[in-house]
Amino acid sequence: MHDELLFAILPYVAMGVFLIMTIQRYRQRTFTYSSLSSQFLENRHHFWGSVPFHYGLLFVLFLHLAGLFIPDVILAWNAAPLRLFITEATGLAMAVITLIGLGNIVLRRMGDTKSRTVTSVSDWIVYALIGVQVISGIAVAVFHGWGSSWFATSLTPWLWSLFKLQPEIGYVTALPWMVKLHIVNAWVLIGFFPFTRLVHVLVVPNPYLWRRTQVVLWNYDRHKVRSKD
Amino acid sequence: MDVRSQIALIFHLDKCIGCHTCSVACKNIWTDRKGTEYMWWNNVETKPGTGYPTRWEDQENYKGGWELKGGKLRLKSTGRGRIIPNIFHNPSMPSMDDYYEPWTYRYEDLFTAPEGDDQPIARAVSMVTGEPIDVEAGPNWDDDLGGSPIYAENDPNLEELTPEVKQMMFEIERMAFFYLPRICNHCLNPSCVASCPSGAMYKRGEDGVVLLNQERCRAWRSCVSACPYKKTYYNWSTGKSEKCILCFPRLESGQAPACFHSCVGRIRYLGNILYDADKIVECASRPDNELVDAQRELILDPNDPEVIAAARKNGISDGIIDSAQNSPAYRFAKEWKLALPLHVEFRTFPMLFYVPPLMPVIANQDSGSVRNETEDLFADIEKARVPIKYLARLFSAGNEGKVRYALRKQLAVRLWRRHKTVGDISAEQAERALLEAECSPEEAEAIYQLTALASMEDRVVVPPAQREMAIEALEDPLEFKQSTGFGFLTGPARGA
Ligand code: SF4
Repeated sequence: MHDELLFAILPYVAMGVFLIMTIQRYRQRTFTYSSLSSQFLENRHHFWGSVPFHYGLLFVLFLHLAGLFIPDVILAWNAAPLRLFITEATGLAMAVITLIGLGNIVLRRMGDTKSRTVTSVSDWIVYALIGVQVISGIAVAVFHGWGSSWFATSLTPWLWSLFKLQPEIGYVTALPWMVKLHIVNAWVLIGFFPFTRLVHVLVVPNPYLWRRTQVVLWNYDRHKVRSKD
Repeated sequence: MDVRSQIALIFHLDKCIGCHTCSVACKNIWTDRKGTEYMWWNNVETKPGTGYPTRWEDQENYKGGWELKGGKLRLKSTGRGRIIPNIFHNPSMPSMDDYYEPWTYRYEDLFTAPEGDDQPIARAVSMVTGEPIDVEAGPNWDDDLGGSPIYAENDPNLEELTPEVKQMMFEIERMAFFYLPRICNHCLNPSCVASCPSGAMYKRGEDGVVLLNQERCRAWRSCVSACPYKKTYYNWSTGKSEKCILCFPRLESGQAPACFHSCVGRIRYLGNILYDADKIVECASRPDNELVDAQRELILDPNDPEVIAAARKNGISDGIIDSAQNSPAYRFAKEWKLALPLHVEFRTFPMLFYVPPLMPVIANQDSGSVRNETEDLFADIEKARVPIKYLARLFSAGNEGKVRYALRKQLAVRLWRRHKTVGDISAEQAERALLEAECSPEEAEAIYQLTALASMEDRVVVPPAQREMAIEALEDPLEFKQSTGFGFLTGPARGA
């Protein structure tokens, strides 16, 4: 029952909330769809928080996504012990870098009075949730190693069963509690996502790299309009 | 030829009295909200001086504007390829310390303090944190040199002057300064627009006003570092950048922008120019000392039948062409070559031009009257207390000829008018001055008129906005007849 709630119902609730609320917020409150940067208020410590945090997190996130979408490739790569070790070690290193970044972010937001003023309650919740996520992830990597391989054989099929609307929780119920914590917290984060600064992730992909350098907007069709001729 | 219309601005520095009325008018209308306290969309700084934000002209530090790399224009800060690795921390962004931390006072303490031996005081508290602060800088902290040579000495434009010249500039009895009012330049080749990863910034096609869409801004802060004039500001409270909007709601109803309207010295002129958008990139890629001419080349003669035909083909209305023909900006910047762009070497092609100040030259005369005995009528200009080299660093990317030309012409007009009104200068001498300054008597009269006598209508010629026309072009005005009606942007759900 307990497991059902956590691994068969919570994911759907989280995904549902995520989907509906991100769209609703984008349509109703576009203005708020960004991360409120505080670099302007404090410019030095910011670097040591934001940069390691984002790069570390992105790397680890991509490893997870690779496990989800190309499990065969990962397994084939991991077949040689040295390569498995490399995957594990870089993953762990990047997670530690993420944690260092997060630590700096939190220290800065607490220590610098100006940055603290622009930190909202929802920001603190986000930091707490991400903190739990990163720490539990590191703990899993340390105590239940070779996750890059067993992810592909247990979590990947479970996640796909969720997407196919036929949750098979058998894949996850037997996992150690640390892993379960990591999973459950992830769903909580996803459900909470639309209400926080995290939405900035969704507006990153912009056509900046291929748009024209200058943006000129016309309020009329230049080749059609003439007041009089 | 891609003819477009652009609002251009002229500030006549000889007339600015440094009263800051313009700044206050702007502040009261646009930036007295939370998060904007530190912003001055219009500010007036003392030159030589460090300016606002401190040493904004130093692009080695702030990385604003464009640079030529292998003959190609690229953003000095984070363009294209370089935005990705730098998106999480903008490496060249100024922080609040480069401006100042806004503050107010705890006035209520004056009333509520318990009785004691000392006078109660109102402590300064930060308008960001609400906590007491020690005020270290504020708006116009360096006004009139701030009572210390330190501001003038740290002006980035002095770098090329020899130590002797600098020494001379700072001798107390020779010390001269002038005021430099600054707003957004609404550039032809805006680096802020080019740098915005969200595409939130844009130039209005119809009049060239550069705006920032608050809904689309995602706080990447690229514009703040990319603008070499530091005229986009980050609102720390809303997490959006903001900038001078040239009071477009006023412009659209035919009024002058607030800073123009309130200017006590009547130094501000506004009018539209026609320019060729096809040539912007090519002109902006010329060598430094050709940039002033390159920018003038972009500006087209609104009386040329070919230009008029091309403008009409591009959908520019006759009203806008008419107003370009009466534009004071066109006359100062192109026809008379009196007005120069500020730091054209940033290659954004600012559309705010400055008539360089002549006043300290005349004020330097020991007798207090114009000396008219010397053979060389313009010797005074070279001996000016603000060296031409310095002005050239500001207004012509180091090309001293451009500044000299503008100063000579101004002085010639003065000599000409002096001859006419006071009469202590002979006709022959006045005419020679005009000749040497490449100025006809008619032109001299016109310059005098527009400089000294012009009324508000002559100074500010707002091109017709023609919003109605634009609306009709985009949608059929009858389409919504009898539908959404009064007060609804989208049709009401019920009862419509
Ligand atoms: S109001 Fe006019 S004269 Fe006064 S400081 Fe501003 S620009 Fe100069």
